[in-house]
This record gives sequence, C-alpha cells and structure tokens, in this order.
Amino acid sequence: MKHNIAVIVENKSGVLTRIAGLFSRRSFNIDSLSVGATDNPEYSRMTITVQGDRDVLEQVIKQLSKLINVIRVSELDHSESLERELAVIKVSVDRENRSEIMQIVNIFRARIIDVSQRSMIIEVTGDEEKVDAIVQLLRQFGIKELARTGKVSMLRGARVIKA
Amino acid sequence: MSQGIARTGSENGRDVPQKMTGAQAVLESLKREGVDVVFGLPGGVLLPLYDAIYQSDLRHILVRHEQGAAHMADGYARATGKVGVCIATSGPGATNLVTGIANAYMDSVPMVAITGQVNTWLIGKDAFQEADITGITLPITKHNYLLRSAKDIARVFREAFYIARTGRPGPVLIDLPRDVTVEEVEFSWPEVNLPGYHPSFKAHEMQIKKAAKALMEAERPVIYAGGGVKYASAHKELYELAQKINAPVTTTLMGVGCFPEDHPLSLGMLGMHGTKYANYAIQESDLILAIGARFDDRVTGKISSFAPLAKIVHIDVDPAEVGKNVRVDIPVVGDARNALTGLLREVLPKDRGPWNEKVETWKRDYPLRYIPDMNIIKPQYVIEKLCELAPEAIITTEVGQNQMWAAQFFVHKDPQKFISSGGLGTMGYGFPAAIGAKMGRPECEVIDIAGDGSFLMNSQELATAVVNEIPVKVAILNNGCLGMVRQWQELFFEKRYSATILGRTSPDFVKLAEAYGAVGLRATKPSEVEGVIRAALATDRPCLMDFIVNPAEKVSPMVPAGATLSEILELEWCDEVQCKNLEKIYAEARKDVLGLEGY
Repeated sequence: MKHNIAVIVENKSGVLTRIAGLFSRRSFNIDSLSVGATDNPEYSRMTITVQGDRDVLEQVIKQLSKLINVIRVSELDHSESLERELAVIKVSVDRENRSEIMQIVNIFRARIIDVSQRSMIIEVTGDEEKVDAIVQLLRQFGIKELARTGKVSMLRGARVIKA
Repeated sequence: MSQGIARTGSENGRDVPQKMTGAQAVLESLKREGVDVVFGLPGGVLLPLYDAIYQSDLRHILVRHEQGAAHMADGYARATGKVGVCIATSGPGATNLVTGIANAYMDSVPMVAITGQVNTWLIGKDAFQEADITGITLPITKHNYLLRSAKDIARVFREAFYIARTGRPGPVLIDLPRDVTVEEVEFSWPEVNLPGYHPSFKAHEMQIKKAAKALMEAERPVIYAGGGVKYASAHKELYELAQKINAPVTTTLMGVGCFPEDHPLSLGMLGMHGTKYANYAIQESDLILAIGARFDDRVTGKISSFAPLAKIVHIDVDPAEVGKNVRVDIPVVGDARNALTGLLREVLPKDRGPWNEKVETWKRDYPLRYIPDMNIIKPQYVIEKLCELAPEAIITTEVGQNQMWAAQFFVHKDPQKFISSGGLGTMGYGFPAAIGAKMGRPECEVIDIAGDGSFLMNSQELATAVVNEIPVKVAILNNGCLGMVRQWQELFFEKRYSATILGRTSPDFVKLAEAYGAVGLRATKPSEVEGVIRAALATDRPCLMDFIVNPAEKVSPMVPAGATLSEILELEWCDEVQCKNLEKIYAEARKDVLGLEGY
C-alpha cells in the first residue's frame, strides 16, 4: 500500500539527510520524494510516498514528527487529495513514427519541448498512473532517457497543510 | 572569581550584551545551564576552548579515552537527573565518543556532547583530524548541530540542553569549529524557540479515565515499569498506585530500583533473565500497565505470544513508542508522573485478591537462587555480600553476566542507584559511569560490578579516578571468560568456546590497580569475600576488588532467545541428574579456564 505524506520542514542544511537517514535506519521504504520551497522561505515542503501497511505509516509519521527540524507531518489521503508528477522523456524518432508519437502526446495533453532529427523530448504532467501510461506507450519507440520529479500532493478543497 | 571569562552583566534585571570570544561564550552558556562539571580530553582544534577552561572555575575532569568521558557524563546524568556534559576534540576524539553517545541514546540519557571541529573553511576538505561527526551521529542523537558562527553559540547551547532534558531525554551533540571559538561575539541569552519541537507532557484526560477503568476491572493486573519512571521521577506515584490497587510491579533493567524490591508487591525484573514469577505473572495477566517502557525484545521474548490474555495500557512520553512493538489497547501519551498522578486520582482502592495470592505462591516456589559453595566463590554470593555491607550504594554495572547478577541479587530500592547500559549493552560502560556518578553524588558509595572482560575495555580510567581522587570501587567477578557469550556457547553451541576463554591472559588486576595508584584487593575463597569488601569500603581511595569466581556459573533463570516468557528455564536447578552433570562441567571448566593454581 502506498501512502503520500506532506512534511513541512525547516529550510536548513542537513534536513534532507536527517529524513533520508531516518528512513534507511528504520527500514522504511521511500517510493518517491520531492522537495521544494513553500510560500514562506523559512520552510520547505516534502511530499514523500511510502510503502507499507497502516502500522508502518503510523511509525513513519511519528518518527518524522520527532525530528526537531520537522514542523508538521500529514497524511494525504488518496480520496481527499490530488497528486501531480512531472516527467521529461527523450524518445527516439524517425520519419515514420514521428506523427504517431505526436498523436500520443496530444492524447495525453503532454508537450514536445525539444526536437531534433533523431529525438524528441516530451514533457508530461499528471498523476502517477498517467505518467506510467505514457511512458509505457512511448517505450515501443525507444526511450533514450527518462527523468521524473516524484510526486507533489495537496488536499482538495479549502483545507491546508502549513507550518 | 576567575579573570579570563567575560561575564555578562545585568542591569535592572536585563542582560547587557558583553563582548567575548566564542570559547568564552561556550563556557558562559554552560554556566547559565548550571553545569558544574564536564568530562573531556583536549586536542588541536580545542586549544582556544581549553585555554578558556583553564582560566575559568568550571570543573573539568580529564579522561584518558574519550569513550570514558561520554560514559562519565552518562553516569553523572543518571545519578543526578541533570544533563551530563562531555567534550572531545575533532576527528578521532569525536569518533571515540560515538559508543558513549549511542549508549545514551538507547537509554534516553540527557547528555550534551561538545566536539571540536576543524576551521569552517577546511570542512569537507579532508583536513587533519576532520570527521563528519554530525553525519556520523545523526542516527544516535536526539538532535545535533554544526556551529558556523559564534553568534549562534548561546542559542544552540540553550536549545541543546532544552532538547536533551525534556520529553524523552537523549544526547545532543554540538560540533564546534575552531574558528568559531576564537570569533568575537556579543553574548546574549535568547529564549528557546523551536517550532518543530513540542514534547508531550500532559496525558489526555480521556485516556487516563479509560486506563483507570481498565485497571479497576482487571482481575490479574501487572504494572510493568521502565526507565521512563526514573526520568520522570515518578517512583513515588508508582509506589502509591501499586499500593492503592494492590497490583504487582515488575521492572525492566532500566527500571530497576523504581519500585523497592523488598516490597511484597515487587516481582523484580522481567524478561530474558528476569524472575520466573515476573514472567509467569505477565503471561497470565489480564491487564498490563506499561509505564515508560518500550517492549524491548529482551523483555517480551517471542512477541506474538507475549501476555496473550492481557489488555495493554501503555503510558509513554514518546508517541512513537506506543504501538511500535506490540498492539496497545489504551495508549496514554504523556509524562509518567503526570499520567500516574492522573491515574491515582481516578482509581479506587482495591483489596488483595486471589491474584495476589497466586503471585505470592510463585514467588515462594520459584525464588531467584543459586547453589552455594564452600570452596569456590559464587558470583551471586559476592553481590549478596555487597548488598549486605553497602545497601545504600549506587551500583553501576558492566554488561553480561555481571550485569544480570547485579540486577538479580542486589536488592534495589532507589531509582537513581542502579546504573546500567540497557539498550546498547556496552561493555566498558560501568567503570566510567561509576566515576561520573560519584562526581554527581559524592556523598554516595559507588560500586561498579564488573567482569574481567568488560573492565579492561575502559580500565585506563583508573588513572582518571586516582588523579582526581574519585574514590569509586570496582568489584570484578573474575571468571576468566567472556561469561555471557560462553554461557550461550555452552547451551546452544555444544560447548564450542570460540574466543570466549580469557583464562590467565588477563592481567593481574590487583597489580594493575596498584600500577595506577589505586588499591587492589583479591579474594579467592568464599571466606575472604566479606573481608575484602569491608576493606574496600573502608578506604577513601579508588579501589579494585578481584573476586576469583566459579567460571562455570550461569545466569539463571533464562528465557532462550525467541521463546515465550513462560518457557523460562532454571539452569542450575532442573533435576538431580542435571545437577550431577553440572558438577562435572564445573570441575572441567575450573581446570581448563582458570587454572586456579595460577593465583
């Protein structure tokens, strides 16, 4: 079972190490981790996807909360939150498949952000399933390179997770 | 008043910032935190700090190995309840602290470790004596800091002490680059402001009510108390609660002493080498009230069959401990004393019942015992004699058989008078911890119960004890082997004593003590034990007692690793045939291991 959690942390050096170290020491599995600034420059927000049952999730949240630099930890329930991930995919192209690839890009509302004679870079945003799906479809043409950001997630509606 | 330290003045009750160096700011911070003694060893990058110490009135105990400093700070903290402080230089000095910091972390001991670091501009360049000590200690500290400016010293020290002693206590490390200690700074003492740190204290009223109701309904309750009771100074409340509801009390190794062991409701220690009656009581109990304990594997045995009939109420100051190892029916997050006070308000007095009688029958039928011997000293006998002659002493222990016997056969009554490395199980802990404890409680007799294996791991601190005139006593239960591991080899590895027989390769401990300027005494026969202890207690110098004990003696009873608590075995009292066999083993082991004639 995958769980998304939002972690608000102090924007200080070494905080990422503390969190990564905690996960390895306690044998928690990180599926994805993304981090960036919040509207308040003193704090960063991480979205961490962890694998495990409820007990593991509870331990992850409690152990993270014990870190002095962690301000807040919240689970983002799948049904009450949305998630987005960005991927850039470099695909092999030739004269024959170019238009087919462009069709796929259109269907997924993705964008072509770089083109050369033999390759194309596609940018796609969406939830994990959507990104997985386009990656799967593009595989037949030959993926030369793939980079994903990891998920960011936010509660729907007016509720907020802030420091 | 010393001249070297720039004092901050006070005008109309307000701090007037004063200029000083970073090193002086460190000492001023320690002073503000009420630190009266530090344990440390200098080094290159610490020269400015030690220069300031030289000119200050802070008591500094020079150790002979930094591990000793960490354990001394730890022992001091456990004996006094105050934050212990140790200091080591960069690189190897800092890494030598690591075991001591890990030890304090596992046992939740309030400690501040100060390490020197290379100049900030050299950090990351693999400079001489550079080690990434904040990185290294990340998983074994409650928090740590790398200072980059003297401006942060006061804030960081204040935060460090606050973090170390509040909530679930623990060690905090401050890494102090050399240039930060010489930088000029205006000292001011800021309030603690830690937006991400909110230690729980007050237990939830609703949960207290639920717990009290469960206690009232229970027919076979057991109170299971751990180190959290000590740190919260909740032993009086624990005593009152147990009395009021007539519930038997068992303690973990860390909780030893927080309930008087001569009390009829005391079950002694539980777990792998706990009493039979404590383990039986747990397994038959219908309600376990766990207070400041964390269901460690040495306590629970096979976790899936731990207390199968019991509801579990768990009081702990650390929410992450609740539900970590066992399912908990009624979690109570909060300070042990606060929670116990709440419980005392809610529960009604309960009379003794059939459960008390059953527990007392077990106590009568399965006491802790050993086979006395007229010719060879039994280690348990030494402990009993120590208890008889120095019942009020602070006992520290090393780790292994000596530790278990010290827990079992000394009658512990005071929460701050049993000091032992529980979680990490650090051999070499007890002696420096005894020095630290004696520094904190000079009015108390302090005795380290040691093994011949453990003692050598920090025996260099004899110099520290002698030079600083810290009259601690050491009782070595000298069995010529690494006894606990040897015991497991005997029981589970068909007596293949791989690397556990020390025999006569250990030094002559009496001469060793004398070489350092301490008093050395030896007993080889049971009849000599009392005289040696009396002589040791009579001297006002550090003193080492070398008791040549039966090498074949095992810690009993024992729950084999992975077994259920009720499968506890008595190793020496099984039946007549087994006793006969053991006698044979004794005889062989005496000859092989010790070569008794050697002494």
